[in-house]
Amino acid sequence: MTPINTRSGRRRRLLGLVRKETVQVVRDPSSIAIAFVLPIILLFLFGYGVSLDATDVKVGVVVEAPTPETQGFVNTLSNSPSFDVSVFRHRTSAENDLIAGRLKGVVVLRADFSDRLGRGEEAPIQVLLDGTDPNTARLVQGYVQGAWGKWMEHEALDRGQPIVVPVAAEARVRFNPEVSSRNFLVPGLIAIIMSLIGTLLTALVVSREWERGTMEALMATPITIFELIVGKLIPYFVLGMSGMALSVGMAVWLFEVPLRGSLWVLFSVGAVFMVAALGMGLLISTVARNQMAASQIGIVAAFLPAIMLSGFIFDIGSMPVLIQGLTYILAARYFVSTLQTLFLVGDVWSVIIPDVLGMAAIALFFLLVTARKTRKRLD
Amino acid sequence: MWKRLRALIVKELLAVWHDKRTRAIVIGPPMIQLVIFSYAATYDITNISLAVLNEDPTPISRELIARFEGAPAFAEVVHLSHIAEIDAAIDSRKAQVVLHLGPDFSRRLMAAPPAPVQIILDGRRSNTALVIQGYANTIISAFNEDWTRDHGMAPPPARLAPRAWFNPNLHSQWMIVPSLMGILTMIVTLILTAVSVARERELGTMEQLLVTPLRPWEITLGKTIPAILIGLGEGTVIAAAAVYWFGVPLTGSVGLLYLSLLVYMLSVIGVGLFISSLARTQQQAVLGAFIFVVPALLLSGFATPIANMPEWLQMATQANPLRHFLVIIQGIFLKTPPIDVVIEGLWPMLIVGLLTLAAAAWLFRRRLY
Repeated sequence: MTPINTRSGRRRRLLGLVRKETVQVVRDPSSIAIAFVLPIILLFLFGYGVSLDATDVKVGVVVEAPTPETQGFVNTLSNSPSFDVSVFRHRTSAENDLIAGRLKGVVVLRADFSDRLGRGEEAPIQVLLDGTDPNTARLVQGYVQGAWGKWMEHEALDRGQPIVVPVAAEARVRFNPEVSSRNFLVPGLIAIIMSLIGTLLTALVVSREWERGTMEALMATPITIFELIVGKLIPYFVLGMSGMALSVGMAVWLFEVPLRGSLWVLFSVGAVFMVAALGMGLLISTVARNQMAASQIGIVAAFLPAIMLSGFIFDIGSMPVLIQGLTYILAARYFVSTLQTLFLVGDVWSVIIPDVLGMAAIALFFLLVTARKTRKRLD
Repeated sequence: MWKRLRALIVKELLAVWHDKRTRAIVIGPPMIQLVIFSYAATYDITNISLAVLNEDPTPISRELIARFEGAPAFAEVVHLSHIAEIDAAIDSRKAQVVLHLGPDFSRRLMAAPPAPVQIILDGRRSNTALVIQGYANTIISAFNEDWTRDHGMAPPPARLAPRAWFNPNLHSQWMIVPSLMGILTMIVTLILTAVSVARERELGTMEQLLVTPLRPWEITLGKTIPAILIGLGEGTVIAAAAVYWFGVPLTGSVGLLYLSLLVYMLSVIGVGLFISSLARTQQQAVLGAFIFVVPALLLSGFATPIANMPEWLQMATQANPLRHFLVIIQGIFLKTPPIDVVIEGLWPMLIVGLLTLAAAAWLFRRRLY
C-alpha cells in the first residue's frame, strides 16, 4: 500500500484521477461538445449577429414641397452609407412607420423650407428619433448632423457664399480606425464564451457526480481534497484552453480582428481566467449538488453577469458607482479589458498586469472556498 | 379530468416550493438581477475621462475647453503638456478622449477659420468612441453658434431640431427594464421546464407519473400551467418595479401586457418542454436549455439591434420568441402601439408555442423510457 503522504503516493493518486477524468471526458460527448462545438457555433452566430455599427439605418424623409434644395438634402442623406432613405410626402405615414418601428428616424422638411432659405431666414429641420433604442437614436442623430454639415457646405459652394465655421473638429480614432464594432465585440465574445465553457463544464459535470453518488465513491478513496480539486481541474482546463484556441483562431481568420499583442501573453492571461472560471464552476457544483440548481446558479452568477457587467457591451464607467464596485469581483471584467487591449493595441502592461492580478485573486478565492466546503464527509 | 389536472399542478408547484434550492432560485436571483442589471445595462456614456493638450493658452481656447469641462458627460479633465503624451494617455486608458488644440488655434479662429481641433478617440470601444465624438461635436457646434452670433456673422441657413420620441431624454432604463421582463422570466421558466421532465426521468418519478390515470397531454398541460403561473408572477413584479421604481411610463393597456406575457410564456415553455422531452438526462436538458438561451438572448435585439444583422440571421430570429416579445413590450410601455403592431409580434410566438408543445406531447408518448 502506498503511504498517503509521500510524494510518489500523491503523484500516483493525482495521475490516477486525471486519467479517470480524461477517460470520462472522452467517453462523454457533451463535454467535448461544450468545449469545441459550442464555441464554434456561438462565435459564428454572434460574430455576424452582434454589431453596434449603424449602417443602412431605415430613416424616412418627409418632403412636403419638393424643390432643388430639398432634393439636395435628400441626396446627401441617401449617399451616406449609414442610411437607407425612404421619401414621404406626408408626415402622418412617416410618423406611423416610426411608431411601428419600421423607421428609426424621420427628417421633416416643411413646405416652406426652400422659401425660408431663399429669404435668408432660418429654416428648421425637424429630426424625430426612435427613443426606444437610445444608442441607435444617438448614433442616428450624429449621422444626420454630419450629413447636414456636408449639405450646408455644398449649398454654400453652390451659392458662392463661403460657409464660415469657426471651429472644425477633426476626429482620429486610435486602434480601430474603421470604427467597426466587431473589432471590440468579438474579443468580448471570446471572454463570454470562455466564461460559459469554464463554468458549464465543471458546474454540470461535478454536480452530476454529486447527484449520482459517484462523488461519494471518490471520497472513500485516500485522495486528499487538494488532489481532488486539482485532479478535476486539469482535464477541464485542457479542454477549456483548446476551446479558447479555437475561438481565437476564428476571431483572427474568420472575422479578421487584428491581433496586435503577443500570443503567449494572450494564452497566459486566458489560462488565469480559465482557472478562475473553472474554480467558480467547481464552487457552484459543490454548493448546489444537483444539476438543476447548478445550471440556474451558473446562468445567474456567471453567464448573465458576464454579458451585462463585464464591459462587453455596456460601458462600465457609465454605470452607477455601486455597480462599478460590483464588477471588480467579476473575473470576466478583467478578461474583457485585457482582450480588447491585446487584440486592438498590443502588450500594454499597465493594463494587463492589474487585470491578471485581479483574475488570479478571484481564482484563488474560489479554489480556497471550494476546498473548505468540500469536506470528506458523506453528507 | 380537471381534478387530475389540478392535482398535478399542485404537485408541481409544491415540488418547486419545497426544494429549498429551487425555491431560492425562482425568487432571489431574478430580483437581484432586476436591480443590478437595470442599473448596469446603460447605453449612456458618462464619466468620460478627458485629456486636453492646449498648445495655445489664450482666453479663447480656454473658453472652448471650459465648455467641455462644464459638460456633465465629461468627468475629470487632465491637462497634458506634450504631444507624445497623447498616445500614452489613450493606450493606458487614462483618458478615453484627448482634445488637441494646436499653437495657432486662436490666430486661425480670428483670421483664417476654421480653426482645427483634433479629437483623438480610443477605438477599443468603438461604440463609446462614436458617442463621445457626437458629444464633442455637439459642444463644438454650440460654441460655433455662439461665436457666429457674437461676431455678427451669418448663422447657418438651416438648423436641426432633434427630438426623441417615446423616450425624450433617452433614458436607457426605459428600454432595459421592460426588456428584462422578457429576459428574466425566460431564463427561470425555461430552465424549470427544460429540466423538469428530464429530472423526473432520471430520478424515476416519471414512471410513477405514467402509471397514474393522467394522459400524456394532461401531463404536458400539468407542467405548463405552473410554469406559466410562476412566469406571470415574476413578470408582474418586474412590471411593477418598472413603473413604480424606475418611472417607466406604461402607455399601453395592462390587459395587452398580460396577454402578450401569456403568449410569450407559452412559447418559452413550449421550447422548454420540447427540449425536456428530447433529452434523456438532466445534463442534456440543461445543455439544450443553454444552447437555446444564449443565442436567444444575444440575438434578440436586446443589446444590439436586429437591423444590424445579416439578412439570413434576421430571418432566423423570427423564430426567437424573445425578439418578438421585446418589440411588443417596449411598445406597450413606451409607444401606445396600435393593435395590429402587437398582433404582428404575437402570432409568431403563438406558432412557436403551439408547435413545440405539440411536438413535446407527441415525443412524450413515444419515449416512455
